[in-house]
Amino acid sequence: MSVPFRLFLAAALARTYPRVAWLFRSRFWVIQETVLPVLAVAAFAYAYRSMNAPPAYTGFVVLGAAMTTFWLNVLWGMGAQLYWERDSGNLEHYIMSPAPLMAVLTGMALGGMTTTIVRAAAITVTGVILFDVPFQPTSWWALTAVFLLTLVALYGLGMMFASLFLLWGREAWHLVNLLQEPVYLLSGTNFPVSIFPKAIAIFASIIPLTAGMDAMRQILFRTPGLFPVWIEVLVLAILAGAFLSAARRFLRVLERWAKEEGRLTVRWQ
Amino acid sequence: MISTMDTSAISTTQLTRTYRKAQPRRWWGKRIAQAAPTEFVALHDVSLEVRHGELFGLLGPNGAGKTTLIKILTTLLAPTSGSARVDGLDVVTQPDQIRPRINMVSGGESSGYGILNVRENLWLFARIYGVPSAEAHKRIERMLDVVGLADKANSRISYLSTGQRQKMNFCRGFITNPKILFLDEPTLGLDVTSARAIRTFIKQWMKEQANRTLLLTTHYMAEADELCDRLAIIDKGQVLACDTPANLKRRVQQYPLYTLSLAPGPNGWADLQRIPGVHQSTATTTPTTVELKLSLIEESAIGSVVQSLVNRGGHILSLKRVEPTLEDAFIELVGHSITEDESRPAEHRG
Repeated sequence: MSVPFRLFLAAALARTYPRVAWLFRSRFWVIQETVLPVLAVAAFAYAYRSMNAPPAYTGFVVLGAAMTTFWLNVLWGMGAQLYWERDSGNLEHYIMSPAPLMAVLTGMALGGMTTTIVRAAAITVTGVILFDVPFQPTSWWALTAVFLLTLVALYGLGMMFASLFLLWGREAWHLVNLLQEPVYLLSGTNFPVSIFPKAIAIFASIIPLTAGMDAMRQILFRTPGLFPVWIEVLVLAILAGAFLSAARRFLRVLERWAKEEGRLTVRWQ
Repeated sequence: MISTMDTSAISTTQLTRTYRKAQPRRWWGKRIAQAAPTEFVALHDVSLEVRHGELFGLLGPNGAGKTTLIKILTTLLAPTSGSARVDGLDVVTQPDQIRPRINMVSGGESSGYGILNVRENLWLFARIYGVPSAEAHKRIERMLDVVGLADKANSRISYLSTGQRQKMNFCRGFITNPKILFLDEPTLGLDVTSARAIRTFIKQWMKEQANRTLLLTTHYMAEADELCDRLAIIDKGQVLACDTPANLKRRVQQYPLYTLSLAPGPNGWADLQRIPGVHQSTATTTPTTVELKLSLIEESAIGSVVQSLVNRGGHILSLKRVEPTLEDAFIELVGHSITEDESRPAEHRG
């Protein structure tokens, strides 16, 4: 039975609400989520300056720091979230409700995007002011489109991770930990990913962050990238579609398995 | 396909649920031995029928299988074998059709978001059921008044006491106006006044619409006796009896019941059941007295009981004949009081 779009939207927006509320009610995120990443940016920015690297490299680092916040949000705020929801007793209410879990995950994603955009903007503005980043965008529209597409692909991946947590439970924490640092490297958080050998670069492109950041860097700083922007946009669109449909399918299958094994509600497992 | 033949609100047929522990894992090719048993039968061949409009109770000690049964009926857990239907729909094959019609409240649950206040949390859970925002707010105000939580409506739930959170969760179950509601120990940990208000509201809620059905599990015999149209007594995953509270009590009426109050002293009451004519005996120890409850096959056996207690140095403070309660029916069927079973492994709490 298909779920009415109105219910899907109502559930998604309802689940968005706690995350947005957190943004306004939590007082310390500015320090933790902005000042600390900017300190990390500073280290790379000064390193590049001391090596007389092109000024665009400082911009790479600022953009990398801003986009990394999305990656962390996808891992911890999406992937690990269903596990937390189960332990806090919310998951059983979501599953028992007529709203599909995809709506709940969409709400988490929308809330995560909203809060992280604010954080990323704070990092970017601070970085730009402190390090005089030379933006020369070819098109703000193209930049916005690539940015949004990157978010859809990233959060689609997050939804897929979230469904895996239903099956693996605590063990999925290790997966998240394992993914965190290698992705910093493979996605070229602090350097242009085009320096990788082609094979590694192609492999790295299955991470939405890699293709997204490379395309945005090409648009913002007019520097050469791994592939032309249109190819990276295509890759992002394919990844977004694949991750979202995989998440939907996984959720259905894994919910069934979790019900059979009693993992949806039994907290001691 | 929706069955139109099934007139029950809830029905289960030979429902069984077995929990399997994870398979032993290998670590560098070496098998790690697992000492604990690999299977636990939480429900065994449970067949029940709850009619539309009925307030049905499930009584049983910890680990009896009550919560497992509710989890299956609320589509959160798959049965190992047998079948279960809610509003005529199969819980395994038609969960999506069942979910808009039901809701559940569990005692002691900690759901909700600490960053949100009471009103916002309730609004969130109403919205995932598609309740329009304005209607949700109206229902929230009404329910908060019912449970006496109106003054905390704007408090973050992380600042609430356990009892206040329990009241909020109680409200959550009702604001979606379910056709069939599952209440798992709804008054657990609540003060007497709040528990009474909740019981009054449950009765009123059931009267408001004739087709509403409520399945309640509780530890409190008086609560079950006061609220339930019919009750099932469940222990070790099996239904031992299912009837109205009055009929269940009538089952033990054949045995005269006595209560004896003893001063604390030598443990001389342990084997009273061996005295000819004594059917059953249970003891409850308080700081100042020991309360014995005896059911007798022959009324005259009370003399032998008193004699036996006196001979063993017991100091009898009072003795009276009493009418059977639901607890007596429970003891008769299960063999012990509902609170005498805390020694079971807590991990498989039913």
